Amino acid sequence: MNVAANMNRTNGKNGSNVSEPAWVRVLLTAVALGFIALFLLLPLGAVFAQALEKGWDAYLAALKEPDTLSAIRLTLITAVLCVPVNLLFGIIAAWAIAKFSFPGKSFLVTLIDLPFSVSPVVSGLIYVLIFGLQGWLGPWLQAHDIKIIFAVPGIVLATVFVTFPFVARELIPLMESQGRDEEEAALTLGAGGLQTFFRVTFPNIKWGVLYGVILCNARAMGEFGAVSVVSGHVRGATNTIPLQVEILYNEYSYAAAFAVASLLALLALVTLAVKSVAEWKINQTLVTPGSER
Amino acid sequence: MSIDIVGISKNFGSFTALDQVSLTVPSGELVALLGPSGSGKTSLLRIIAGLETPDSGHILFNGEEATARQVQERKVGFVFQHYALFRHMTVYDNIAFGLTVKPKKTRPSKLDIRDKVFNLLKLIQLEQLADRYPAQLSGGQRQRVALARALAVEPQVLLLDEPFGALDAKVRLELRRWLRRLHDEIHVTSVFVTHDQEEALEVADRIVVMNQGRIEQQGTPSEVYDHPATPFVFDFLGNVNLFQGRVHEGKARVAGLELATPEHAAARNAPAVGYVRSHDIEIERDALDVSALEAEVRYVLSVGPLVRVNLALTDGHGIEVDLARDVADRLSLSVGERVYARPRKVRVFTEDYQI
Amino acid sequence: MGLFRRKHAVLPGFGPSLGYTIFYLSVVVLIPLSALFFKTATLSWDQFVTAVAAPRVLASYRVTFGSALVAAAVNGVFGVLVAWVLVRYRFPGKKLIDALVDLPFALPTAVAGITLASIYSANGWLGSRLEPLGIKVAFTPVGIMVAMIFIGLPFVVRTVQPVLEELDQEIEEAASCLGASRWQTFYRVLFPTMLPAILTGFALAFARAVGEYGSIIFIAGNMPMESEITPLLIITKLEQYDYAGATAIATVMLLVSFLLLLSINMLQKWSRRFADN
Repeated sequence: MNVAANMNRTNGKNGSNVSEPAWVRVLLTAVALGFIALFLLLPLGAVFAQALEKGWDAYLAALKEPDTLSAIRLTLITAVLCVPVNLLFGIIAAWAIAKFSFPGKSFLVTLIDLPFSVSPVVSGLIYVLIFGLQGWLGPWLQAHDIKIIFAVPGIVLATVFVTFPFVARELIPLMESQGRDEEEAALTLGAGGLQTFFRVTFPNIKWGVLYGVILCNARAMGEFGAVSVVSGHVRGATNTIPLQVEILYNEYSYAAAFAVASLLALLALVTLAVKSVAEWKINQTLVTPGSER
Repeated sequence: MSIDIVGISKNFGSFTALDQVSLTVPSGELVALLGPSGSGKTSLLRIIAGLETPDSGHILFNGEEATARQVQERKVGFVFQHYALFRHMTVYDNIAFGLTVKPKKTRPSKLDIRDKVFNLLKLIQLEQLADRYPAQLSGGQRQRVALARALAVEPQVLLLDEPFGALDAKVRLELRRWLRRLHDEIHVTSVFVTHDQEEALEVADRIVVMNQGRIEQQGTPSEVYDHPATPFVFDFLGNVNLFQGRVHEGKARVAGLELATPEHAAARNAPAVGYVRSHDIEIERDALDVSALEAEVRYVLSVGPLVRVNLALTDGHGIEVDLARDVADRLSLSVGERVYARPRKVRVFTEDYQI
Repeated sequence: MGLFRRKHAVLPGFGPSLGYTIFYLSVVVLIPLSALFFKTATLSWDQFVTAVAAPRVLASYRVTFGSALVAAAVNGVFGVLVAWVLVRYRFPGKKLIDALVDLPFALPTAVAGITLASIYSANGWLGSRLEPLGIKVAFTPVGIMVAMIFIGLPFVVRTVQPVLEELDQEIEEAASCLGASRWQTFYRVLFPTMLPAILTGFALAFARAVGEYGSIIFIAGNMPMESEITPLLIITKLEQYDYAGATAIATVMLLVSFLLLLSINMLQKWSRRFADN
């Protein structure tokens, strides 16, 4: 841990002398980094190490497996359907909540957060209770030969549920912190409602939108518990990438399981990278003076 | 364009921001809404702009009903307290915004917009900063950009919410003189909100003093300063000393002084308060007549061009006197010394007039 | 709605946007969730109690909540440490580590699950080294805790970090000017300021761990009465077509989530009590 040796105080904005002794700083840093290495870096490395254990050819072959390709296709379809609807909802909800005051606002925000605190398994279960054979709409759906549970629509619905809050909860605080001044200024200058939104509000929140979308997408592509309940695990038909990983793993095709899993790990890394950039951009717009409020 | 405000009321929950306010702003004037925070001045300004909807009452532009008009239709220029510049747009794009959002039919050509924006940039003396972002400007520069942006759409009314509030003292002084000159050039009907009496006195054609959602007094700066209509106005504009006393049939007796107050001819032994500005008191070494009050010098402070003298009257009541420096030098007062204070101008208000 | 509109009638679109928000929220979240309660309501009280208080179910609560508590506590300590180091100290690669903290948010749970299981299994990278020491992680409740620590870590770090960043250095300087030692400054001045955030992070991590499924089932071993978590039990019941049983247990889980959400909200309000305006 020699990295810790050459570190300085970062927070001594004005060269403050108020800090811990050097050995305490080194020790704390070493322990924190050790913890991160053990719990975050090691698993991340393990995914790729095990994926490539049997070499590149085996890796690529595992990915070209028809069942895997169909899982990738289904995952993409799911994300393409879920992200836009929740994006639209997120922007509209944030507009209503951040730009206006009304009674019951904080309760509404709590309700929007609800899917985050519900166990993924429970999230899947509720759709089974509605659309499943024994559910509310089950008999009617069967009579009309519509399949939702153990089929693609069920997967999409459950994914919409678990990814529901992502965009909204990112945009609400951001738009609240930006206040109403700029929109009001646009209105006094003669801009209409949509003009105001697209020319004034949206440019200010675009990084927040990206941030919400990327997180929403990561969860949509990676959701396991909820999808597992409603999918029915039909190979080549109702398996998403995470479900395919599970099947391969349970069949002891470890290298193939990790090869497919490495796709999701790559997605996670891209997500983290985009997220960092978006965060940095958001902070930049927030730090901008002229918004002192 | 003239503005008529007729019986405007506005409540926020149980708080009354405006209570039956009526006011006329004549065309081409620069009017200050002056008052402490919570007096309703900003609410009134926002209601004129259409940014807030009154609970009751009417707004008329040029005698025409405008209460129900949308913000966009009112064609007012509004300068926000914190400027509300669009932070993702350059200075140029900020100023051009109001022109570029016009419907295609009435939108000026790109070239005309450019001319217009550069004329405004010249007016605000920031031609070289057209490509800067708001974050790269100083407070005073942002303020001027906000003003240019509001002026670009050629508003018939210019509304400014605490336009100099967020600036430091020196810039504030410069900008308010600049605003005054600008108004003399373009003569657009303007209303600005301020809590700074000096700012209002210096810049405005007319001052409207507000307190607790009502108008206390309106008039030219010298009218409100020299003839305050209420104790509140007296107190709010400048330093003032209070003397308790009574009035009876047009004669007032405050702090041992006899004063003729014909305006209170009907009063019968009513409690009253005499108001005296701190610079309307003279200090003498010897009592020339009974209109001077015996006092003791408690301390002497020099405040730039003035010398502030704190006196204790014989009843222990403290008063403050501002003397010109040369006068103070001639007197050369020392602490603990016995002197006589002679109020030059006393304004007496009966107690029921009290705030 | 006309009542609300008055206040800020100027910005357009309040009615439609709030209307759509409530509509979409109802269709996607509230109505589906209510299905759970309606289904549970069809059970008699005895049926409900039998379903949610059977020995195997009770054991799963113990495993789930017990492990979640331990994991959240571990995160409470190490999460604060990580946040402290990230905010206060400078070292190479700090930005990268900072970004990496969110990995458990971004990495799909199934991937985390199989990876942790393989690292800690008897022939895995760590498992093979721990085995000789007599420590078994995979397929024991310890494995469950490891997975729960993994998924809960960012919650604590990300709630504590902003609070630490906003802490004014002057406060610490004031404390040391008044004669406080560094340690006194920490536990008398800094720690109380951070405490609400720490508790919030703890509660968030706990709530996440309680509901977690994907990252746990691969490493847990899933032995009934021993290392079986409640979400897995719900799925097991579902696979046995015991809808009533699954629903009853899910209702208990959901109520726990509500309670946790409520307490987290209250914690967050509490943590803002010293904030300006």
